[in-house]
Amino acid sequence: MNAHNNLSRRALLTGGLATGFLLAFHLPLRAAANEPAQRDVTDGKFAPNAFIRIDETGRTVLMMPQVEMGQGTYTSISAVLAEELDADWSKVEVQHAPPNDKLYGNPTFGLQVTGNSNSIRAWWLPLRKAGATARAMLVQAAAAQWGVEPASCTASKGEVAHEASGRKLGYGELALSAQGQTPPKDVALKDPKDFVIIGQPLKRLDTPDKVNGKAVYGIDAILPGMKFATVAACPVFGGKVGKVDDSAALKLPGVRKVVVLDDMVAVIGDHMWAAKKGLEALKIEWNEGPNAEITTKDIWDDLRKASQKDGAIAKSDGDIAKALASGDRFEAAYELPFLAHASMEPINATVHVRPDACEIWTGTQIMTRVQSEAAKAAGLPVDKVIVNNHLLGGGFGRKLEPDMVIAAVKIAKQVDYPVKVVWTREEDIQHDVYRPVYRDQITASLVDGKVAGWKYKVAGSAVLARWLPPAFQKGIDIDAIDAAVDAPYDFANFHVEYVRAEPPAVPTGFWRGVGPNNNVFAVECAMDELARKAGKDPIEFRKSMLTKNPRMLAVLNQVAEKSGWGQPLPARVGRGVCVQPSFASFIATVVEAEIDDIGEIVLRRITSVVDTGIAVNPDTVKAQIEGGLIFGLTAALYGEITIDKGRVQQSNFHDYRMMRINETPKIEVIVVKSGEAPGGIGEAGVNAGPPALRNAIYAATGVALRRLPIDGKLLAAGKKA
Amino acid sequence: MHMATTLTINGETKSFDAPPEMPLLWVLRDILGMTGTKFGCGIAQCGACTVHVDGKAVRSCVLPVSAVANRTVTTIEHVGSTPAGAKVQKAWLEAEVIQCGYCQSGQIMAAAALLAATPNPDDADIDAAMAGNICRCGTYVRIREAIKHAANGRQS
Amino acid sequence: MSGKMRILTSLIVIAVIAVALGVWIIRGPGPLDFAGGSKVALADYRAGKPTGVPARLEKASLVERGEYLAKAADCMVCHTKPGEKDYSGGLAFKLPFGTLYSTNITPDKDTGIGNYSDQDFLNAVQHGQRRDGARLYPAMPYTSYTFMTDEDVLAVKAYLFSQPAVRAKAPDNTLSFPFNQRWAMIVWSAVFNPDTRFTPDTSKSPEWNRGAYLAEALAHCGECHTPRNLGFALDNRKKFAGAITAGWRAFNISSDKATGLGNWSDQDLISYLSLGHAPGHGSASGPMGEAVDHSFSQFTPEDISSIVAYLRSVPPQPSPDLPATTAPVAPTSHKEGVTADARGKKVFASACASCHGWSGESPVSPMATLTGTWAVNDPAATNVAQIVISGTKRHTPDGALSMPAFGNAYTDDEIAAVANYVTARFGAKGSKLTAKDVAELRGQTAE
Repeated sequence: MNAHNNLSRRALLTGGLATGFLLAFHLPLRAAANEPAQRDVTDGKFAPNAFIRIDETGRTVLMMPQVEMGQGTYTSISAVLAEELDADWSKVEVQHAPPNDKLYGNPTFGLQVTGNSNSIRAWWLPLRKAGATARAMLVQAAAAQWGVEPASCTASKGEVAHEASGRKLGYGELALSAQGQTPPKDVALKDPKDFVIIGQPLKRLDTPDKVNGKAVYGIDAILPGMKFATVAACPVFGGKVGKVDDSAALKLPGVRKVVVLDDMVAVIGDHMWAAKKGLEALKIEWNEGPNAEITTKDIWDDLRKASQKDGAIAKSDGDIAKALASGDRFEAAYELPFLAHASMEPINATVHVRPDACEIWTGTQIMTRVQSEAAKAAGLPVDKVIVNNHLLGGGFGRKLEPDMVIAAVKIAKQVDYPVKVVWTREEDIQHDVYRPVYRDQITASLVDGKVAGWKYKVAGSAVLARWLPPAFQKGIDIDAIDAAVDAPYDFANFHVEYVRAEPPAVPTGFWRGVGPNNNVFAVECAMDELARKAGKDPIEFRKSMLTKNPRMLAVLNQVAEKSGWGQPLPARVGRGVCVQPSFASFIATVVEAEIDDIGEIVLRRITSVVDTGIAVNPDTVKAQIEGGLIFGLTAALYGEITIDKGRVQQSNFHDYRMMRINETPKIEVIVVKSGEAPGGIGEAGVNAGPPALRNAIYAATGVALRRLPIDGKLLAAGKKA
Repeated sequence: MHMATTLTINGETKSFDAPPEMPLLWVLRDILGMTGTKFGCGIAQCGACTVHVDGKAVRSCVLPVSAVANRTVTTIEHVGSTPAGAKVQKAWLEAEVIQCGYCQSGQIMAAAALLAATPNPDDADIDAAMAGNICRCGTYVRIREAIKHAANGRQS
Repeated sequence: MSGKMRILTSLIVIAVIAVALGVWIIRGPGPLDFAGGSKVALADYRAGKPTGVPARLEKASLVERGEYLAKAADCMVCHTKPGEKDYSGGLAFKLPFGTLYSTNITPDKDTGIGNYSDQDFLNAVQHGQRRDGARLYPAMPYTSYTFMTDEDVLAVKAYLFSQPAVRAKAPDNTLSFPFNQRWAMIVWSAVFNPDTRFTPDTSKSPEWNRGAYLAEALAHCGECHTPRNLGFALDNRKKFAGAITAGWRAFNISSDKATGLGNWSDQDLISYLSLGHAPGHGSASGPMGEAVDHSFSQFTPEDISSIVAYLRSVPPQPSPDLPATTAPVAPTSHKEGVTADARGKKVFASACASCHGWSGESPVSPMATLTGTWAVNDPAATNVAQIVISGTKRHTPDGALSMPAFGNAYTDDEIAAVANYVTARFGAKGSKLTAKDVAELRGQTAE
């Protein structure tokens, strides 16, 4: 495995542990991720591996093992392949890869999954090798044709040249003969200083079709004879369908069929409108089951109680008991709410179940799991399930789940035509797989203005235990404590525990930013409170404990300068900082915010400095930080899913609020030049926003908020810390 | 009751059967197969479904199809043929606004209507015209930038 | 009798006389006294049939006739909690002195009215007396229903008894002392329930008489639109002058030209009652929206016209707090017109402008047009704030039209700000709501 090419402790944990257990449990795995993947020969084309297809015209099609959900990975992955292939960038096209863990499984997970901000980290070496190997075969083919040594040939922009003789052949012209070449065993990779594509601000390959309506998302699939369905799941988690009276619904024009599943009812119609009207006309009695009385308060009571228990020890350096017994003691608990994903493209899947096969059109982050789960639901062998992936209108972790596809297969099984199942926004929000509630307790001691002991206990759901059971070992969810064990600071006595506490009723899942969401928030809030206790400037305080972390220190120094840190501000305006090493990227962020007299927050300015190692596409890195900040700040300002009577109380954007353009401040993102291996970037900005804003509020008002979302009522003028 | 409806969409006459109260969004997507216009919320809170009716930005998810008879509808598929729409599309690509892109049909339609009515919008104009459009990827900074570029024709 | 006792007795006698006199003054005129014509017993009225069902239903079954009348009396809205079974009760009425819950009027024998005899039902509807003898609170508009004929009341009973029995016990009321003393309602009822059946007015047209019966006995318009006196009974000296009910403002429906219905055309009134919308006057929402959906929209056109004829005859009662004319259409540019309240404008741009437009004329539906509505021209902004808090869902012939409830995600400050912005931009005079006002309005809304 290639875990060694990742720098963070997190990657080692995730890569190492997960892979080890996957092997142990005989789960599908890529055979050898560091070698070019198995050949997939296509007639008349140069297909040296699973990723590259070049036809006689030079058209270069790259197969995407990771999915495009806005993070720009199709362009970045293509850049990595094209760089070592020396392809003509203007001829590069991308295609969604079909489900195949052997060919396209993410090297870190051994599954064809897109998540954890690791597309580039995981594929960096394998794809470079795939590109370089293909290039070598093209060079060999040209050299053979010219009767010269391959070493005397060069390749660039889709052509092989023999400089000595001035001869040139395009990759298209070489495609057929290159296909017959034996791939070299060990191929040299470029020195990063010779990169011509990587590191350039590349125009994205997926965006031209996104300005004119041509881009096709899962929800846009159209098939001959297709009908449309929408669903109502039992409003209470875990409840089942009781009785359904469909007499009124079936009388409506355009309504075709009512399908009753175990926990969900679907109406199929000639269009979504008919399906929606049909669903409204149903009289459904639910068997609400045991969760019908659960409230948010119950869940918090449970979690607070559970968090008092001793957890499984994830890390313990030094003598924590002794360290906490000395110095000035600090204790705090930070609490984070349930969150919905609310990707702009509502949940959907289009399915056609035929007697001998099941075909699916959707946008998913987890291709092969969708395929295997659909096979179970359809009662067909896995190889009879065809999955056509699409662009995702946002994923954010919601589409790491196959539930919507399973349900769609069950619905489509009842009819002989293809059915597009689209959830309303209300269903999407009320039947999500939620970012869990977390309670993070930090106990620390200060000696001589520095942290002498740091004990951090995370309590919350173990998403990984459900999602990838073999990776959950010794009672520790390595995701939930990821940035807790991976803290950037030099803490001599350092102790991290994890208490698994599953909320009753509410299903939990990965949410953009994953485990570091709670960890970075708790760590950075506590650091600000400790700085104040020590009587130090928050940045100076952090810097004094970053001496062993030069990359972190460098971005922190730069953000202090670029954000105008220390310059005077008006009353009730503050700056807050956040430092994070998550996803093997080093990011320092300063948020400047004003808190008006009634406690309403006005974001004024955000500055973020990012060292993500080699930035494959620097403009995408900037865009991901900008967007991630908004995503995280939206959660900090507004995000909370609450439960009453076992039901989610929010339903659509009027009560599950989103930040809008008129709340967005100026955002400056500076991407540091670096020769280190690339880090993850798709989620990092999400983690940065909430603690930096909270610390800005702390600076402006003196109120140390310890819960999200931010409660403006606590911040009105005159309120004291 | 279904009825035959005739609309002018993107300069073409389209006839179809649909109940009069059916929102234009579903007519476009599910009857006419024009999927560039997106479903996001169904309650006019996100703007993903924005189209132009007589040149003005309107949320098609709450617009009964009967309300647009005899009016001119333009969708994302055709907005590039209007001067403001073409400018916006170009600026969007130059500023590399787009991430997942799902909301961007609506963002572009709203921005094109803004520029058609207000050729040189300031920040307040942009807020007033664009605050109804949600982008979950958080591309707002670049949307603002791209609108300004589209307005004065600068290269980004 | 001791001297003390004598004094006490005299005091009591004086007090009783004073109370009686006070009551006489407080009670004021009856709902139809304004008409002043000569009344005849219903049995002696020959010009038409003001009671019962419309002509086309004369031959219908008792249950069908009862259904029409039950809808005309709008039993369902109060006796159904949203999301629960029809007529199963449990809807909360939040009053300043506690919460009342409507009762289950399905034929369930344990929790509903399954054991009610005809007389029991008449006692409840016309006299405000429960089967067990306990008195009903006047949240049940029996002082209006008392004008219904026995025949019509019993038709309603037949309809209710044809409905599925639902086992559902409403929560106990949470009224504070002295309002939790049901016996006190005996006194209240004695004073304020006219306890009399409808008597036609021979000086008026048959149409007027039908309208009077529908509006007063069944639709109980006055319960919301007539202000209440010190005894919480309707003050018909200010008949239909408008009032606040369940946190919403029921506007002036007297014939006052400026602030009532005097300037509405017949067609406007017909449209408003039957569709819940009149061009230029806005849309019914809140309790009136429900009344249209469940009641007025089910009326025959002749019955709607009768109500209109009757409304026209109600003497003008000015609402001095309302502007003499509603404001014209606002500018289409956000920069023109009122721009003051920055917070309100921000909320409006984010959540409201897509449907209501910057001019107040909706790009989506005439029903969402703000221009010309009393709601935005009310300087108290009561209904604007309420609809922002709780939204509205209307079932019109063109399909459901709704506005989401923003109350759970927007703060009191934001709601106050957007209400102030909306009334200033689209109305004649901007409101000055505070967060505290909004919090109070939230408290008044029925669940």
